[in-house]
Amino acid sequence: MNTIRKAALYSAALTVLAVSAHSLAAQAAAPAPAPATKAPAAAPENPFAPTPAPPLPAGMTGSDTSDPRYTLKPGLYDAGEAAMGIKHLALLKKPDAFQINASTPDDPRVQKTLTQLGMPPGMKMPPAMQMVIAQLAFANSDFAFQGNHLFQGNFYGINIYDISNPAKTSLLTSLICPGGQGDVSVYGKLLFMSVEMPNGRLDCSAEGFAPPPAPKPGTPPSRTPPADPARFRGVRIFDISDIKNPKQVAAVQTCRGSHTHTLVLDPNDKDNVYVYVSGTSFVRPAEELAGCSGDAPDKDPNTALFRIEVIKVPLAHPDQAKVVSSPRVFIDPRTGALNGLNNGGAEHGDAKAKSEDTNQCHDITVYSAIGLAAGACSGNGILLDIKDPVNPKRVDAVNDPNYSYWHSASFSNDGSKVVFTDEWGGGLGARCRPNDPSKWGADAIFNLKDNKLSLQSYYKLPAAQGDTENCVAHNGSLIPIPGRDIEVQAWYQGGISIMDFTDPAKPFEIAYFDRGPIDPKMLVLGGDWSAYWYNGNIYGSEISRGLDIFELTPTKFLSQNEIDAAKAVKVAELNVQNQQKIMWPNKLVVAKAYVDQLTRSKALPETDLTAISDSIQQAEKSKLNKKSAAKLKTLADRLDSSSASVSDPADSKRVAALSAILKAPTA
Amino acid sequence: MRVRMPEIPCKPAFALAVFALAAATGLRAQSGPPVIVEPGAPGQPSKTLPADTRPSVPPASQADVEFMQGMIMHHSQAVEMTALIASHTSNPALTSLGAKISSSQSDEIRFMQRWLVARGQPTDMSMPGMPEMDMDGNPMKPMPGMLSPAQMQALRAARGPQFDSLFLTGMIQHHNGALIMVHDLFNTAGAGQDADLFNFATDADNTQRAEINIMQKMLDKNSSVKISSEKSSLKTTSEDTQ
Repeated sequence: MNTIRKAALYSAALTVLAVSAHSLAAQAAAPAPAPATKAPAAAPENPFAPTPAPPLPAGMTGSDTSDPRYTLKPGLYDAGEAAMGIKHLALLKKPDAFQINASTPDDPRVQKTLTQLGMPPGMKMPPAMQMVIAQLAFANSDFAFQGNHLFQGNFYGINIYDISNPAKTSLLTSLICPGGQGDVSVYGKLLFMSVEMPNGRLDCSAEGFAPPPAPKPGTPPSRTPPADPARFRGVRIFDISDIKNPKQVAAVQTCRGSHTHTLVLDPNDKDNVYVYVSGTSFVRPAEELAGCSGDAPDKDPNTALFRIEVIKVPLAHPDQAKVVSSPRVFIDPRTGALNGLNNGGAEHGDAKAKSEDTNQCHDITVYSAIGLAAGACSGNGILLDIKDPVNPKRVDAVNDPNYSYWHSASFSNDGSKVVFTDEWGGGLGARCRPNDPSKWGADAIFNLKDNKLSLQSYYKLPAAQGDTENCVAHNGSLIPIPGRDIEVQAWYQGGISIMDFTDPAKPFEIAYFDRGPIDPKMLVLGGDWSAYWYNGNIYGSEISRGLDIFELTPTKFLSQNEIDAAKAVKVAELNVQNQQKIMWPNKLVVAKAYVDQLTRSKALPETDLTAISDSIQQAEKSKLNKKSAAKLKTLADRLDSSSASVSDPADSKRVAALSAILKAPTA
Repeated sequence: MRVRMPEIPCKPAFALAVFALAAATGLRAQSGPPVIVEPGAPGQPSKTLPADTRPSVPPASQADVEFMQGMIMHHSQAVEMTALIASHTSNPALTSLGAKISSSQSDEIRFMQRWLVARGQPTDMSMPGMPEMDMDGNPMKPMPGMLSPAQMQALRAARGPQFDSLFLTGMIQHHNGALIMVHDLFNTAGAGQDADLFNFATDADNTQRAEINIMQKMLDKNSSVKISSEKSSLKTTSEDTQ
């Protein structure tokens, strides 16, 4: 870090501020006691310095400051790291085409980019500052997976990687197509992408839309009609038959664009796939897209607020994809009011006052195997019956005084639990500081029974993070460890945390990986957007740094057999928000995972479990010959008869599953 | 990289060889250098770009800069209004609402200052040292929804329920102005394409809409507090200034 340059920039910034003498601005900016900056006491506040966290509200607790993750060395590519139960295999930096990649600000390419960004020529800027400028425009976002291909979304396009050897992952294709956030899904030869920003174009060029000519001095800028048929906000569909030459086949426009989307498969319809669109942005004018209205529902019953959109994609003709319904998922079924839900009046930092209507979903996770979807919809968590995917019907809704913004959801594999996340602060703020309450910006774990959600507990990253690290609950996926509910989850610059929520009332951390902040003095946007398990590895989408690849390592919380059992599950495609039921093969390694779990919980006598372990070992050695198979069968029968003595429900399920494998193991 | 198929009559053995070659080339293509592709509009072919392609972003728009400068001025008045609450009313609901508005608008002011400073732009639209003048030497125009000096004076003079009512109607007027500013921004050609600014403006729009809703409900609830419209002097800024 070049502190001299940085200081120069700060003083330039302070000079700019010092000459800003507007009385109101001066009053407003008059800060709370300035944090420890080296500026003279009388100088105006440095806008880049982080603000200290307010004191903990009464009755709340914060995160652990004695955790090694709290004090890691800062740095972009040389930050300190801490890990437990996770081994980092590789980091692939963002491709040059997706970042202002420079070691020196004098690089002419940098100067060119900065000029395009509106920076005055010759302005000296430290590398960290370049990252600030480029923060969101080139941010990495969500993942999708198919076979040996990983698709990493970015506000500027999509990068496609070959992960056939995860430790030696290589870039195949950079697809340039700006418009943010670049949420991705993949199905067969089709790749889907979300676009919401005004610079999105029907073609994928990066030029955006030209600003109007500068007005003559003394005249106000002209407001030319912005409606532009070349603008695109919605869901793009690419044909990826040739992975090195994707082609756009359709671009389905929506009024609010697509912040996220969810692939939905109808088990009874093999000819089409569906896409649920969650739009959170402004409604564009009707002149640009016919029928769009951002009015309140009492003024315009056709308002584009208070709804989601459903796109139908005919697989034989993806070019004919179109919006086929706009479900009013917040409707009050008794009165018919479109704004039938609200957040219940959070008592919470950013939303302290009274109730507020919910008019948007942020993300929806569908679980077609149980016919349900969990919608994380700003002020509410909702449950949708999606047996008819075109017409989802709300069957339950919850709110929570500790929740600021319902952001995403995952089901447990058996569908008996839902984990919601709260993106307090929008992901741009430091919300894991020691004084930030553990119930705010956390996961909330709900039981799900008879289409009713009931809150059991909260889980937040246990380690405190610094005030220059954006940190809050974000995207995660299940890890297919049999016999347990385990989720790997991204916490932005809080890193990756793996949580066991088998007992929904007592979630706990079993593994983690974290880096120090990108910068110690100012918040530079970064960290993990998503952390997902796919066919044996964990992949992290690091907003600024690139693509991280990890593997699990055994600890007292997780055995090698459990890891191997998770690796025994292979899927052909993974779109995390289109949740698929995990099926474990009847392999002996899966049986060994159950034995380890029953040993850990002491649910069965140690001698019984040792006998099973020994017999499994013999069966493996003998390649499952008749004699060893018969022995396993005998042990399974004995397990069945002793299962009544097992009281814990999770252990009972493990015993039953273990017995089933021992009766009919496969190699 | 592609292999051109030679036009030779296809004998089985040769066809096999061609297949093998194609397969081998396919593998090589997979592990070869990455490509940079820019798709065209739906149905149009994609372009392959050179390997040294670097990112380009839409040029910054003057409307973006003015939006941020104007919104700082606009937010500052909200902070100034909330600063009156402690000494002017004891209404707990209003106190709580005011604390929230003050903290979120102060946070946002800092964000906008950062955005502008990072782009080498002044954080203020006024002429340096001349707060009443814009950069062209003309009198500063207030942002939409801002309370006029007379309205601010009325607010400062009021106490208790009368203050509550003036504050709520004033802040609703003020917030509605912010919605107009966001609306104008996204309706200006070339504006709102910066990712940071887009996220900020979208979020500010959502937040202020929600707060207007809350304040409207508080006003409706406070039906016991009635201030005649003649006395309130809360007309829109544009009417006042014209």
